[in-house]
Amino acid sequence: MLDLSPAEWTAVELSLRIALVATAWALPFGIAIGWLLARAKFWGKTVLDGLVHLPLVLPPVVTGYLLLIWFGRKGPIGGFLYDHFGVIFAFRWTGAALASGVMGFPLLVRPIRLALEAIDRRLEDAAATLGANPLLVFVTVTLPLALPGIIAGVLLCFARALGEFGATITFVSNIPGETQTISAAIYTFLQIPDGDAAAGRLVVVAIVLSLAALIAAEWLGRRASARFHGE
Amino acid sequence: MIVLALEVEKQLGALTLAVRFQIAGGVTALFGPSGAGKTSLVNMIAGLLKPDRGSIVLDDITLFDAAKAVNLPPHRRRIGYVFQEGRLFPHLNVRQNLDYGRRMSGRPRDPTEFERVASLLGIFHLLHRRPRLLSGGERQRVAIGRALLMQPRLLLLDEPLASLDAGHKGEILPYLVRLRDEAAIPMVYVSHIAAEVRQIATSVVRLDDGCVAATGGLELLADAR
Repeated sequence: MLDLSPAEWTAVELSLRIALVATAWALPFGIAIGWLLARAKFWGKTVLDGLVHLPLVLPPVVTGYLLLIWFGRKGPIGGFLYDHFGVIFAFRWTGAALASGVMGFPLLVRPIRLALEAIDRRLEDAAATLGANPLLVFVTVTLPLALPGIIAGVLLCFARALGEFGATITFVSNIPGETQTISAAIYTFLQIPDGDAAAGRLVVVAIVLSLAALIAAEWLGRRASARFHGE
Repeated sequence: MIVLALEVEKQLGALTLAVRFQIAGGVTALFGPSGAGKTSLVNMIAGLLKPDRGSIVLDDITLFDAAKAVNLPPHRRRIGYVFQEGRLFPHLNVRQNLDYGRRMSGRPRDPTEFERVASLLGIFHLLHRRPRLLSGGERQRVAIGRALLMQPRLLLLDEPLASLDAGHKGEILPYLVRLRDEAAIPMVYVSHIAAEVRQIATSVVRLDDGCVAATGGLELLADAR
């Protein structure tokens, strides 16, 4: 039943690559921003909080359009990155990863922030008295205790990135083999006569992938929290 | 020989803490009613709370000096701290909790020392358990072991029996007495219960309303209950 054509396999492979790269790049930023929002006191915190959540409430087309303006070859950020690092986002799969990462970012940050806020700070004090410098306290106490929240955030971000459509298609278009993800491919197949069967196959793939991600995260989350609650 | 010389001031809400005392070896009890500033004081010694004024000197090393702007962070003070609630790391098992201080300071494993402390505290059979599965008394013994195994210059015990019921209190005190008699580590023992202090302390600093009311031996507890 799932006899995918090479073009369909390409879309699946691209989707996975884009979602993985987007999540992997977003994670360190997500932990840093989550930490800032949970722990730091600074001017403009409300603004940062709002900016992080913006992709959640803006129409995805608007986010995609803003990315196109800023991260295009001639955009202020895109131009800089191209001149100095040779990185191109516009109409490349890297741009799709950027768009997916931005769209998934609020979903990544929120659970991480909540997990960091829930940590008993007195445990970090105890670690400091035992000789751990602030970086070691963060790595050996804070991060492990926040792990269930980090896993939840990674799953949500990955799932969002896997299904991203509006911002991606606006920013990097719908180019087979480069930016045509599962979602974009399904959309394309539905536009052509007799595309229903191909679209149906990709729909099944999308459901299977999402379920697999959900189950994996559930399992990882259980393992992580079991560590705190006994063997 | 003076181990710890302390002279600090700190405004804590309505309470003005202004304390000055010196301690030698043995077990010094910080004795006084709740709200006298005992926990704040040990937090200052450990480096978790910054005094407004004054200085703290341990073994001729200045830990804190407001005038010279010296304030050693807690991880560089090498002071063991046993908290009221234990504060074991929930994501680590007992062995990893005990090993934490050694790992953070990058010292090599010392199985002899580990076994000595584990058997002194009777926690050998608990090594693979998670803190969640320990009784209150076991948890405090592990917390004491964890602080001892970092090879502290000074051991702070902040009401280590307060979270335990009467039966388990009796379970811990003999270990602390053995510790006092076998280990050469000076200790500061915070408590508001005279009976406890009589069993463990060798000298007493009586704290009342943020000030030192008296310093001396166990005779200071004559009228206390």
